[in-house]
Amino acid sequence: MSRVLIVAEHLNGQLNAATARCVSCAAALAPETIDVLVLSADGAAVAAQAARIAGVGKVVVADNAANAQAVAQVLAPQVAEAAAGYSHVFGPSTTFGKDLMPCVAALLGTAQVSDVMAVEASHVFKRPIYAGNAVITVQAPTDKPVVATVRTASWPAAADGGNAAVETASLSATLPTHTRFVSLQQGKSDRPDLQSAAKVVSGGRALGSAENFAIVYSLADKLGAAVGASRAAVDAGYVPNELQVGQTGKIIAPELYIAAGISGAIQHLTGIKDAGTIVAINKDAEAPIFEVADYGLVGDLFQILPELEKAL
Amino acid sequence: MKILVGYKRVVDYNVRIQVKPDGSGVVTDGVKLSANPFDDIALEEALRLRDKGVATEVVVVTMGPADCQAHIRNGLAMGANRAIHVVTESAIQPLTAARAFLKLVEKEQPGLVLMGKQAIDDDANQTGQMLATLWGRPQATFASAVAVEGDTATVTREVDAGLETLAVQLPAVITVDLRLNEPRFIKLPDIMKAKSKPLETLAFADLGVESADFLQTTHYAPPAKRSKGVMVADVAELVAALKNKGLV
Ligand SMILES: Cc1cc2nc3c(=O)[nH]c(=O)nc-3n(C[C@H](O)[C@H](O)[C@H](O)COP(=O)(O)OP(=O)(O)OC[C@H]3O[C@@H](n4cnc5c(N)ncnc54)[C@H](O)[C@@H]3O)c2cc1C
Ligand SMILES: Nc1ncnc2c1ncn2[C@@H]1O[C@H](COP(=O)(O)O)[C@@H](O)[C@H]1O
Repeated sequence: MSRVLIVAEHLNGQLNAATARCVSCAAALAPETIDVLVLSADGAAVAAQAARIAGVGKVVVADNAANAQAVAQVLAPQVAEAAAGYSHVFGPSTTFGKDLMPCVAALLGTAQVSDVMAVEASHVFKRPIYAGNAVITVQAPTDKPVVATVRTASWPAAADGGNAAVETASLSATLPTHTRFVSLQQGKSDRPDLQSAAKVVSGGRALGSAENFAIVYSLADKLGAAVGASRAAVDAGYVPNELQVGQTGKIIAPELYIAAGISGAIQHLTGIKDAGTIVAINKDAEAPIFEVADYGLVGDLFQILPELEKAL
Repeated sequence: MKILVGYKRVVDYNVRIQVKPDGSGVVTDGVKLSANPFDDIALEEALRLRDKGVATEVVVVTMGPADCQAHIRNGLAMGANRAIHVVTESAIQPLTAARAFLKLVEKEQPGLVLMGKQAIDDDANQTGQMLATLWGRPQATFASAVAVEGDTATVTREVDAGLETLAVQLPAVITVDLRLNEPRFIKLPDIMKAKSKPLETLAFADLGVESADFLQTTHYAPPAKRSKGVMVADVAELVAALKNKGLV
């Protein structure tokens, strides 16, 4: 029987929604237990949130001042130590998990399965390669724990309603001091979070400037949607990097995705393949985005977006 | 200071990958091969650090088949001082690559290893982190700005929440993101010059690393296709459709 340990992602005392998605993926193994590891400086609040996720067996909290920020090389030896007795160690396929989990795999002397999309058997998974243009089935070794990142867009968040026990653990791994956290410049936003929002409105290069992006924000606010962008829009400085959607940005699966002035390069489409309904607005009827759109509208976004906002 | 750069050859990012009908792999015969785009950025950053006087030597490392020569010459033409080609006919997985890089690191004693954040063929996003772990040195992944002063690198990282800055002691591993820089174009005279730059060829077997295929790929499939949608004539029709689906 499988025993799964999930590394919780959290920031400022808030558990990231990606953790509950990892729980769904773990549940697909029909395991003996799903436990959550909270590495933190003061993890009580985060642990309480993790304990409420349905399906979680217990939450293990390891508090250490060194864990105040998520520095991968500091967290990895602790995860590797806590992994004893588990058959699977999962983290989310977010920048947090991508940074950390390969270090854990290296310490455990095994490979990592990146971006698990589907569980076929306890050691058999599906994952995307070539920017999602192929999906492979991989068999992981059975003589080592499976270290994996979970492609969060492929899994729904496990429901609330759990009541798991919270335990504290004292881990003895020696932690390195070669890395100093300097700062985190967070986009201040009271809008929904791009990675978990049910609706997303994205703008591309066609917006032309940071000022023009206001019409995207405005429509998003009307819809209660998060704002996203293509790489071209981010590179041009119209919006900050954390809004980038795609292969090298965020992979998202909202119920509704509206792409305005985005051509639909494969690297962008990789990020939205799992969206429920895709709406594309582009003045070029031949734009590749229309090949994946459920609803396509050819025209000038500078007319269409305000018109759409009014019609809602 | 010496900088080692991971410089992998992959299927060009513009190629539309096709899965073979029998599910045994993807079609790679005759497709265009290029440097991993992130590795071009890693190399560019190394060259800029050399231009600034931070580094004295830039060494590109490619682990790949014997026919990678032209690819490696590109790296030299871009400006690397020399190249190491670890010849392996079979693709190596990230942990094996990291173990092999560690051998080179022990021999070359670089102050910095720059790598791509991910190779766009396997999309693993693992090798740099694994190397840092095995080496016992700091890592700074997804770099969008790098400044080196003395024995410290200050790295801005593109993370989901925004931009994080870390100060890491050298030697360290830095993996680069797209916005770090724009790689320079190779000029014709540089291609000529590259021909006389040192290129060391090693057989993978000589590194003393076991090539373990930890993950066995048993099947390749094309991604699930989205069903073809419809074109709407105007905003009113769009809104009606979305209302009908309960989306607005
Ligand atoms: C390794 C790698 C990784 C990448 N990762 C990503 C990624 O994660 N995310 C990403 O998005 N890209 C990524 N890219 C870049 C990608 O290849 C494209 O360059 C990018 O997505 C293009 O952005 P765009 O659609 O906004 O711009 P363009 O391709 O320039 O498209 C602009 C579109 O706007 C339309 N338009 C212009 N004016 C109007 C108007 N007034 N009204 C309506 N429509 C208009 C045009 O018809 C056009 O279709 C990556 C590239 C590489 C090489
Ligand atoms: N065979 C290889 N040759 C050279 N560099 C490599 C190789 N494999 C991985 N790398 C480096 O490691 C980075 C991340 O690769 P990956 O972990 O496979 O996504 C790449 O961008 C390269 O810089």
